[in-house]
Amino acid sequence: MSGLSFARIAAVMVKEFTQLRRDRITYAMILVMPLMQLLLFGYAINTDPRHMPAAVLSHDHGRLANAVVATLERTTYVDVKHLPGSEAEMDRLMRRGEITLALTIPPDFSERVLKGDRAQILAEVDATDPTAAGGVAAAVATLPSNAFRAELRGPAAKPVSPAPFEVVVHRLYNPEGITSYNIVPGLLAIILSMTLVMMTAMAVTREVERGTMESLLSTPATAFEVMIGKLLPYIAVGLVQTVIVLALARLLFSVPMAQTLAGWIALTVGIVLFITGNLALGYLISTVVRSQLQAMQISMFYMMPSLFLSGFMFPFAGLPGWARVLGEIIPITHFLRIIRGSLLKGQVLADMGTDLLALGGFLVVVAVLTVARSRTTLD
Amino acid sequence: MTDTQAAIDVKGLNKSFGDKHVVQDVSIRVEEGRITGFLGPNGAGKTTTLRLLCGLLTPDSGEGEVLGLDFRSQTDAIKRQTGYMTQRFSLYEDMTIEENLSFIARVYELGDRRGRVGQALERLGLQDRRGQLAGALSGGWKQRLALAAATLHEPRLLLLDEPTAGVDPKARREFWDEIHTLADGGLTVLVSTHYMDEAERCHDIGYILYGRLIARGTAAEIIAGSGLVTFNGQGADIGKAAHELEHQDGVLSASAFGAAVHVSGTDRAALERAIAPWRKSPFRWDEVEPSLEDVFIQLMGKTSDDRYAS
Ligand SMILES: Nc1ncnc2c1ncn2[C@@H]1O[C@H](COP(=O)(O)OP(=O)(O)O)[C@@H](O)[C@H]1O
Ligand SMILES: [Mg+2]
Repeated sequence: MSGLSFARIAAVMVKEFTQLRRDRITYAMILVMPLMQLLLFGYAINTDPRHMPAAVLSHDHGRLANAVVATLERTTYVDVKHLPGSEAEMDRLMRRGEITLALTIPPDFSERVLKGDRAQILAEVDATDPTAAGGVAAAVATLPSNAFRAELRGPAAKPVSPAPFEVVVHRLYNPEGITSYNIVPGLLAIILSMTLVMMTAMAVTREVERGTMESLLSTPATAFEVMIGKLLPYIAVGLVQTVIVLALARLLFSVPMAQTLAGWIALTVGIVLFITGNLALGYLISTVVRSQLQAMQISMFYMMPSLFLSGFMFPFAGLPGWARVLGEIIPITHFLRIIRGSLLKGQVLADMGTDLLALGGFLVVVAVLTVARSRTTLD
Repeated sequence: MTDTQAAIDVKGLNKSFGDKHVVQDVSIRVEEGRITGFLGPNGAGKTTTLRLLCGLLTPDSGEGEVLGLDFRSQTDAIKRQTGYMTQRFSLYEDMTIEENLSFIARVYELGDRRGRVGQALERLGLQDRRGQLAGALSGGWKQRLALAAATLHEPRLLLLDEPTAGVDPKARREFWDEIHTLADGGLTVLVSTHYMDEAERCHDIGYILYGRLIARGTAAEIIAGSGLVTFNGQGADIGKAAHELEHQDGVLSASAFGAAVHVSGTDRAALERAIAPWRKSPFRWDEVEPSLEDVFIQLMGKTSDDRYAS
């Protein structure tokens, strides 16, 4: 035997490149994955999220009150998106997750400031996601010392002590800012998506690869029957996974659960829609790919950006606009809102409206595409 | 011809994959209760034709009937009455023998599932191994199981795609005995193979080459129809003679069969002239009845592959 042969190394190398070139999907992954990661990490990830949506309910329309709001927006941490007419309306916005900050300015605010009579503003922060809440709370805390700089000129413009007013911060839903309350329900979304998409994506390709599809299609079973028969067991799998994750969330992390029957019903509807949507997506993938390996690659290709764009890792409201648009297409985004809303905020069906609709819409579109693509023949 | 019922009667079957015209104008008629052998070399288009017949592939063109049903539009009804045994073992290797049969019984919505599966296991002689994984069976047993699965719903038509490839001679013999038993019960069988000896166990045969069905009939009819004359040569070093004979005028094929050569041609006079130089000691020449193989070798020699679109 001769020693190291460069000719043989080269032979293997050339063969490897040749095969790589044939394997289009792997090739695409190698090129697209780093590009995607770079864009996501570089532009979308924001551990100091700004421009969180806020609502202001001001009973005082004086200059001082307006100055507070203007100063708040100047911090860039929040954008005032809503001016609700009542407390009830503001509560609803908060419960539905449309705002992260609800600021209430009382009617006698200006009067008290001018009198130096311990004026107060109420800032309610959605603390479901402690990261998002942290920045907003910090921004709100700077208001007393900064709000009237422009208003009060001369010597009075210096930082005053005591501060002209006080901000009372209420952290809602997760007052202690426990990260696991946010992460653990989110993990349910990720676990369900990752396993269900991949399992169904491989379910069909496995049959094609092993040749059993040919037998199966020679029987009277139609493509639609095969699809339904394959998917139903996985709905059960998804439900078992859900029960396990929720039980562990409760036992190990003391994550709050839905409180009312209406809450549980809403959660169940959300979970079933989400599971079915993921299964349909997996099945759609299986009609496109040629091997189990490709099925796995495509599933990963779907999961990776989902972690970042769905609001699982970083607050959704803090993502740049284009990332939010992409995120809205991903079912995980909507399910995250549903599961967090249900467990932490006590949401019921009425509060989840848009997200349930989004999940339902996703399911219908993907199912139609899948049925259109499934074949009862080998063509 | 038309006084007997045809199980398969299709005309002008065509199928292309991309720019490769894999099945070209194939018309085939198979009488009920017959065993028809479908011969041809690898890649000739046997599997594709069988898949077209049982609705697994959509033909580009062609019309006709399978089991009296329109073979393009009534594929569901045809599938219900047809058993198809794929070239590659296609039952679930990660399920037991019994689970596989039960699955088939369910998909075909057969009544008395337990009874049928039990009978099938008994016929197979696999009652004791019903719990064994299908993937763990040897080639011969897999093939028998596949046949049992393909016939569980008592089809009227059985399509077998190279069922005996890679199976030992004893198992092959038993398999053919089983096929004949089934055909005696009225089942029509279309079986692809590239073993010549199996052609002789069929009632009639069709020979497909480069996507065209180029010979059809009983073995005797095909041999007679070829107009072939064959001489059998024997003697020391006759192999060398075969090589040289191949290139002589009038010789369509010359191939070695053990210690002998078969030299064939359609023009007797020319063939005799070609052999003349070797008609001397130690060689001995006798005219013999051409074998099917001689006919097919000759057909292969004079047919060209025109399947690729130019
Ligand atoms: N799905 C397919 N896509 C492309 N080419 C195919 C496909 N199936 C078969 N072929 C080609 O068609 C020809 C005939 O194949 P096949 O019917 O399997 O032949 P046989 O069964 O006689 O060996 C071969 O050249 C094969 O490569
Ligand atoms: Mg074949």
